[in-house]
Amino acid sequence: MIDFSFTDEQEMFRKASREFAETRVAPFIPEMEKTGKVPPGLVQALADAEMLAITIPEEYGGLGLGYVARMIALEEISRISVATGMMLQVFALGIDPFVRFGSKEQKEFYLPKLARGERLATVAVTEPTGGSDPTGLRTTYFKNGTDYILTGRKCFITNAHIADTVTILAKDENDPKAFSAFIAEKGAEGFSATHEEHKVGMRGCNTGELSLEKCKVPATALLGQEGKGLRVSMSAIGDVGRGGMVGCAIGLQTACLEASVKFANERILYGKPISALQTIQNKLADMKIDLEAGRLLAYRAAALHDKGERSSNEFAVAKYFTTEAAQRAAKMAVDIHGGYGCMEEYAVSRFIRDAFVLGPSAGTSDIMKVIVARWVIG
Amino acid sequence: MNVIVCVKAVPDPKEICKIRIDPATKTLLRCDVPLVINPLDKNALEAALLLKEGRGASVTVISMGPPPAETIVKECMALGADRGILLSDRAFGGADAFATAYTLAGAIVKAGEYDLILCGMASSDGATEWVGPQIATFLGIPAVTMVRKFESQEGAAWRVLADWQNGYRRVEVRLPALLTITRDLNRPRALSFSGILKSRKKTIEQWGREFLDLPSEALGAKGSPTIVSEMSTVRNRRDVKMLRGTIEEKADQLVGLLAESGVL
Repeated sequence: MIDFSFTDEQEMFRKASREFAETRVAPFIPEMEKTGKVPPGLVQALADAEMLAITIPEEYGGLGLGYVARMIALEEISRISVATGMMLQVFALGIDPFVRFGSKEQKEFYLPKLARGERLATVAVTEPTGGSDPTGLRTTYFKNGTDYILTGRKCFITNAHIADTVTILAKDENDPKAFSAFIAEKGAEGFSATHEEHKVGMRGCNTGELSLEKCKVPATALLGQEGKGLRVSMSAIGDVGRGGMVGCAIGLQTACLEASVKFANERILYGKPISALQTIQNKLADMKIDLEAGRLLAYRAAALHDKGERSSNEFAVAKYFTTEAAQRAAKMAVDIHGGYGCMEEYAVSRFIRDAFVLGPSAGTSDIMKVIVARWVIG
Repeated sequence: MNVIVCVKAVPDPKEICKIRIDPATKTLLRCDVPLVINPLDKNALEAALLLKEGRGASVTVISMGPPPAETIVKECMALGADRGILLSDRAFGGADAFATAYTLAGAIVKAGEYDLILCGMASSDGATEWVGPQIATFLGIPAVTMVRKFESQEGAAWRVLADWQNGYRRVEVRLPALLTITRDLNRPRALSFSGILKSRKKTIEQWGREFLDLPSEALGAKGSPTIVSEMSTVRNRRDVKMLRGTIEEKADQLVGLLAESGVL
């Protein structure tokens, strides 16, 4: 028989994550919305709460927990702040290549620091030419003695300006079919974070461009095998990136439903709370059905991953469904709030802006359908 | 130093509006509201954990409640308690503050030697503030209620600051003693992932009536002298009253309304 219940331990993870989000993350939201910048105290709070250590193996100073635990944390944090959920999920995206493909020396050097938040990580694949088809990227590398020289530009990179350690995907200047992944360090010669984006939503979560102008990295910066870089970066994006977006989306769905139920029970129309109106009930029911279905897809994919089974297609299904559902939920939440939904003091106005950023992050809904169709066709 | 902390599983105060009263039995229907650690018991536990960190104290948590209360004992252990005991038995059901204190006192004796017993000042659901002092009475030890600060701790001689009406008391007490704790004493720590993982190795002891060897007539509803005569739901309603006249007249009317409603 299939057991759909969470363990007592997982329920405690949820409790810990919810308490953290409500008490430590929520106070930063006004500042994030106003400035669009990452509050330094927020990153420290994430580190103090061991949120950066969740997926790092215990032998490297992490908690050694799986994707279900990560999904729980992301859901609860995104219920309060999707921007923070996004930031956190991309830190894990940056950590994953070290866990899966790092050499013993790379793991020993980087992972304990990443677990403690002394270093922050991200992955840079996307370029102005696109991200979902990495074979079209233009950043190149060539070998110069024992070093590698990287040249190119990366865009729409989450945590670009706050990450200390970035996994860069580049192609061999002399062999356009050979891709490799390199570790670039903040402050390295020729490596800089340049333009900072101003997104409509997820304000306070940094997104920007990275410039590589003959950036020199040592041979020890090669992550995984030379020429096998697509596997390094795409496995991270396929499972960690999409899985992370799913966590953000179900958190936002929950936030939309909770805000809508509260408002609908308080707002009086025709002498009764508007929750007594069938048209409002219909919206609330739709949101709840989407949330229940989304959570089943999300946790099934995460549980499959924790069992060591293939989960990237399942995450693509969950990513498509939950991010679309989050957009529907945010629209309905704003509709239920009427004029108040257009006012910035009501959180639903933030939810609808955040919802639209969920769509393209880690692959658009159309790309998810391409992946799902390939899975179906075989 | 052995510290015992008494904790109660209460319906989550954040979802208290969902709770209903059964008109026939005059008991609370929890209506799926999750159980949490009574908020002031968290302050008591935090005080114990600080004593563990500062003086190497051993911390034992004791809770009386139905089997689902095990989750809150487990949570206390994830927060850092060394030992967790759940008192769960049908014989304990329906206990008032008196019978609860009697049962907890029996369990404390059974748990072994102790130097200090800490309780939250009150529970968020019952709010009698009686259980702590009654445990002390059953055990024959001194109790100080509403403690807001530990001023000095020299061996068994402690000096604490405790609330008293609109002021405070400075009380010297000799251990073993029982203190009830207010929220001003400390800020309870948050549950951490690593704490949860560490608690994997800790087991919860489940004790029933037979193990405690207490007389059934002194336990649960049978041992409870309290009779609940009535329970009712307080309904909050918003009402709008438009005041008319000059500013002075409106101010007078407002003062009158506030006085009438008991605010002034």
